[in-house]
Amino acid sequence: MNTLEVSELSFAYGARQALSQVSFNLGPGRFAALLGPNGAGKSTLIALLTRLYDLQRGDIRVGGHSLRSAPRSALRQLGVVFQQSTLDLDLSVEQNLRYHAALHGLSRRQSTIRIDAELNRQALTERRRERVRELNGGHRRRVEIARALLHEPRLLLLDEASVGLDPASRLALNQHLRSLCREQRISVLWTTHLLDEVQPSDDLLILHQGRLVASGQADALSQEHGGDLGSAFSRLTTAGVRP
Amino acid sequence: MNAYWQCFSGIVLREWLRFVLQRTRFLSALVRPLLWLLVFAAGFRAALGIAIIEPYDTYIPYEVYIIPGLACMILLFNGMQGSLSMVYDREMGSMRVLLTSPLPRTFLLCSKLLATSLISLLQVYAFLAIAWAYGVQPPALGLLIALPALLLVALMLSALGLLLSNAIRQLENFAGVMNFVIFPLFFLSSALYPLWKMREASEWLYGLCALNPFTHAVELVRFALYERFNPLALAVCIGLTLLFALLAVLTFNPQHAALRKAG
Repeated sequence: MNTLEVSELSFAYGARQALSQVSFNLGPGRFAALLGPNGAGKSTLIALLTRLYDLQRGDIRVGGHSLRSAPRSALRQLGVVFQQSTLDLDLSVEQNLRYHAALHGLSRRQSTIRIDAELNRQALTERRRERVRELNGGHRRRVEIARALLHEPRLLLLDEASVGLDPASRLALNQHLRSLCREQRISVLWTTHLLDEVQPSDDLLILHQGRLVASGQADALSQEHGGDLGSAFSRLTTAGVRP
Repeated sequence: MNAYWQCFSGIVLREWLRFVLQRTRFLSALVRPLLWLLVFAAGFRAALGIAIIEPYDTYIPYEVYIIPGLACMILLFNGMQGSLSMVYDREMGSMRVLLTSPLPRTFLLCSKLLATSLISLLQVYAFLAIAWAYGVQPPALGLLIALPALLLVALMLSALGLLLSNAIRQLENFAGVMNFVIFPLFFLSSALYPLWKMREASEWLYGLCALNPFTHAVELVRFALYERFNPLALAVCIGLTLLFALLAVLTFNPQHAALRKAG
């Protein structure tokens, strides 16, 4: 069963169509990069996936649960790292994680076990009592990933999560996410505008003017549309989209 | 059920930690009512004589009269400020994290309103403690009886703040809220002067004051502080709290803000 199924998704802000008939699937353990220029509809798609906005047309299924008919079951399967940090800077790492665990209804005992495991995995155990304000950007992102994984979701959604990180932290984050896919069979949907973060074996989704103009494995799409990822992306996102 | 309890207690704990860690915010929230009490009331005392009115048994100095109104003023500012920050946060900040919880959105919003209201009560009681030291000393039992009244008022004002923030986009900055919500609610109420005084000045202003929900909030707290029961004020506050909360939850939709922006 696919971890994420997006089918016939359309969304409009009044008269302006932001997404049109977007459909794609993401299998277990897959890493998918969602690319698109500014205004392509990525933020709208994220807002729909995280249920900030209500669905207008089409459906989203996470772990087999429809966001339309079973939103609570769907949200249980979803971990999110937003583009802008949503951590409480004055709270410690552990306090931030406990808050998130509580929002997902985990008991204190369950939270302790899960927090210990995720902090250990992110190599943040020593930092658990530090205020988030004292951490650098890379560590803050790792706290957010630990937080997103606390309730053991099947899908991890990261919205431009590498923005503001130095190259070493970006690389470390990228590698870490791929290890999650391999070892935990978690599916990752990663929105980015940085092409160097995409690897040939990744699933690639390219949004342009609200439409999914390409989807498939990155190396196959590159060959089909120009030889390398940069020229394929540029070719696919400079052409006008047929209405 | 346990998941709901865990979630609610987590939200309350977070508000408590933020309250403890942001001491300057707490102190600045106390400065406003203390200025009214220590400066305004002292200067105004000579100008305004207070006749014997319910719930007081005797003539009272102006400082005694003004205390319930100032306690409610703290709740009014906190309620409006808290709800505004919820709106500001909902597109990019902590509100997005809250909304990814799998528990029902209504439950999350009500928990948040209740948590911020509980924290506001700490500020009110800190203010009442300073007022006590200053010499305004309601009965000790009254301070206890006032607790549920203050909580109800805090909830009513928070829910009103959220409802207004949902409905009126122009209220997204605090100056607008001050001018169009906080000041009219505060000055057109019995917080600073008894309504009979207002009636002497203007019948229609008196009418507005009598209709103002904040008047009923202040009177509920005033009566409770002096161990009296004000059924009308209680009924109005309960009714309006339920109404505001229901409308606030029904109209809370971040999508509306995005659609308005686009439209």
